[in-house]
Order: sequence, then C-alpha cells, then structure tokens
Amino acid sequence: FNEKLYTVPQWLNEEVKTGTTIIAVEFNGGVVLGSDSRVSAGQSVVNRVMNKLSPLHDKIYCALSGSAADAQTIAEMVNYQLDVHSMEIGEDPQVRSAATLVRNISYKYKEELSAHLIVAGWDRRGGGQVFATLKGLLTRQPFAVGGSGSSYVYGFVDAEYRKGMSKEESQQFVVNSKLDRWTDKHVDKVVVPPCLIKERNTVVTKIT
Amino acid sequence: MATLAVSRAPLAGFSFENCRRNVLLEGEAGKLGCSLPAARKTGTTICGIVFKDGVVLGADTRATEGMVVADKNCSKIHYISPNIYCCGAGTAADTEMTTQIISSNLELHALSTGRLPRVATANRMLKQMLFRYQGYIGAALVLGGVDCNGPHLYSIYPHGSTDKLPYVTMGSGSLAAMAVFEDRYKPDMEEEDAKRLVRDAIAAGIFNDLGSGSNIDLTVITKGNVDYIRPHDEANKKGVSLNEPEGCRLTGDYKYKRGTTAVLSQSVTPLLLEVVNESVQTMDTS
Repeated sequence: FNEKLYTVPQWLNEEVKTGTTIIAVEFNGGVVLGSDSRVSAGQSVVNRVMNKLSPLHDKIYCALSGSAADAQTIAEMVNYQLDVHSMEIGEDPQVRSAATLVRNISYKYKEELSAHLIVAGWDRRGGGQVFATLKGLLTRQPFAVGGSGSSYVYGFVDAEYRKGMSKEESQQFVVNSKLDRWTDKHVDKVVVPPCLIKERNTVVTKIT
Repeated sequence: MATLAVSRAPLAGFSFENCRRNVLLEGEAGKLGCSLPAARKTGTTICGIVFKDGVVLGADTRATEGMVVADKNCSKIHYISPNIYCCGAGTAADTEMTTQIISSNLELHALSTGRLPRVATANRMLKQMLFRYQGYIGAALVLGGVDCNGPHLYSIYPHGSTDKLPYVTMGSGSLAAMAVFEDRYKPDMEEEDAKRLVRDAIAAGIFNDLGSGSNIDLTVITKGNVDYIRPHDEANKKGVSLNEPEGCRLTGDYKYKRGTTAVLSQSVTPLLLEVVNESVQTMDTS
C-alpha cells in the first residue's frame, strides 16, 4: 500500500490565492475596471466565477489580487470605514480617501498580508481616478495593472494606451487586454471566464 | 516569607507558546523513533447546491486518523440556526467547535435583533474568526440556508476567504464531486433532482477518494422546513454477502452454513479420559 498515494492533496492545505489579472483605466468622466474571474488553491481552481471588483462605496470600487482571504478582508474593512467616514463628512467620499484607507492597512500589515488592491472610482472634485496601493505606496496613475498575470499585459497596455480616451474606447482597451487569457501561468488552458467592467454609473456589464 | 509570584491577567488573542514546545517534542520524538499522535481529520467530501425552493447540503460520514478510520458514521452537517446548516471538512475538532461557537453567537444575535438570522451574517462571523487565526484553524466549511432574501450557499476556506456560489464542494473528495456538479447542474432544479444530484456527487467522492466513505447524509433546507436525512443512502454496507440467488443479502455473521464446503470423509475417534478429581465451587453471583 503506497502511503504517498493517500496523503491529502497539497492544494487542500494551500492558501487560496486569486492568480489574477486586474486593470483599471481613467477616462474623462469616470473609470473602467476589469478583471478575470479565477480563484485557485495550488493547481486547483476553486471558483471560476469570482467577482474581483469589490465595491468600497457607491462610486468607488477596488480590484482584488493576491491572497483571497487578505484581499476580501481588506476590502470589507475599508468598505465599513468608508461608510462611517462618508457619514461623518456628510457627502460622498473622495477616491483618494478610499485609497488612503486601503494604503494604511496594506502598509501597517505589509509583513503579514499578501494582497494588492487597485482602487478606482469617481468623485465630484477629481473626476475619474485610479490609485495603486501595492505594498503600502499610494500613487495616482492614468491606468494601473496588477496581479500575477499583469506581466503579460504590460507590453499591450504600454503600446495601446493613449491619453484622453472616451468611455467606449476605454472599455474596448480593457477588453482587448484579454485579461482572461493571462491568469497565472496557464495562459491558454481553460474556458474563458466572464469579465466584468464597471463605469461611472456603475452599470455592470458581463463580457464573455 | 513573602512569595514573589505575581499572577498576570491572561493576554488576549491566540497564544503560540505551545507551538515552540511542539516543535521541540517532534524533534525529540523523531530521535526516539516514535511519532506524535495525528490529529483526527475528516478527509471528506462535502457539497451544497441551490435549487428552486432552497438548498441541499450533502456529506459523507467517514472520519480518519492517519490511515485508520476513526469513526464510520460521524455527522458532518452541523446545526447553526433553525434555517442555517453548515458542513465541515478539515480537522474534526476545529469544524465542530467553530460551528458551535458561531451557532451560539448567532442565537444571541437573533434574540437581540428579534429576527431570523441571515446566512450572510453567519458567513461574516465565520470568515472574520477564521481570518483572525490566519489559517491555523483548519476548518473548510460549506454554509447553506434560507432566509428572508431567499436561499444562499457559501464556501469558507481556512484562511478566511469566502465564495458565494450556486454549487460548491469541499474536502479531499471535492474534485470528484465537482466533476459531477459541473456535468449535471442546472439552475432552478426540483427538490428530488437536487437531492439525487447531491447524492451522486457525494457518492463520486466516496468511491473515488480514499479519505471519504461510508454513508451519505443529506440536509434539505427550504423556507420554514428542514429535512435532516441521516443516513440518506448507505452506500457501503458492512457485512458478508450470502451466496443466494435472490439478490445480495448482507449478514453481520461470518459463519458459513454447514455444507458450504463439501465433506469428503469423516472419522470419529472417542478419547477415553479418567475423571481424577471433581469439586464444585459455587460462584458468588449476588
């Protein structure tokens, strides 16, 4: 009897990660976010339809990548903190505030956490804004990519991005980056998962 | 003489001091050639499905301790609240205690709000507790129930991430069960179809995974009613099947009928013994 055959498969003990590609783009009047939808534990896919675009507020969303537990927890904590903050100031919060809250958690617990959130949204003062918060930095960028599959997308976005794109062009830009193709290292393996995009009026469009 | 002992209030949070001791013990035990006792895991197949009127949760009933089956008929579907049940895979003690703690807290919460608890509340409580312990509590759960917003099903991982899905599987047999689901799941199934699908998914885990076995338990939760069917299907019956033409009847008796083995020859030899001494001693049976 081969004991090795019986041992519990390794992926059962592995932490659930998102093995992801996420992207966010500003345009005049809002932002477009996109992500793939695969969640993996080791070599096994545990969820093929996860929504990685998590709402922090009505018009502020964040894209999750890295450890699923860490990313979900940060997003839920900041969602709560933003609710309180917006009640205190009596109006919709700024995107910069949301990004700062995410950055504070990422920086304070940078040794313990392994998640990267891209914060993007629309507010009255600054229009559409995209912030990257990797490892505790805070930087506003015209577009941001993240996740393990982002390396494969850098070439495309560098070549194709232009300033001053319209809403339709931005949506097309995100779709063309083919996020579903570059998850982790399994570039061409599995069925195309649906890709979700959100814009200023928070209309959720599913693109298969 | 005054003692210098000062009692310290216990620190909040999880204490990891014993982990250092355990590592030392493991090293020592290795030198002596013995091994530390293995934690009892459930090496399981659990799954859940949302159908038209509610959710169906299913589980196998084998608990293993290393290579040995520790419990042939353990119950892996735990009560959380009248309308919410939770299947648990991973370390048996962790799933048992975690679900009991959350069940207790949820009952207090429901008394405080005056409403039937929601599945999303149980999900939040479970994920926040598991995240706090950073994956050291080895509980992988399938949480399902029906509340005022309809039927809901969540899968919760030991590190604290959750997924809300129409069908989920967990445990060592989850890949076998998921294969069945991916093939035959349809949204808005009828109750009988859903029960059959869950039964088949668990059976796939039982027969194709070494860590799962024995019977299939089902729980059907609908609005206002819970069917806790234990066992739903005895997939592996214990016993010896008799050589009978009419079907396979199992008996727990391992004796075979006279004549099963043909008798070729028979010889009887009386042994003559002399009775030397006989004494009777009464037994005290009071």
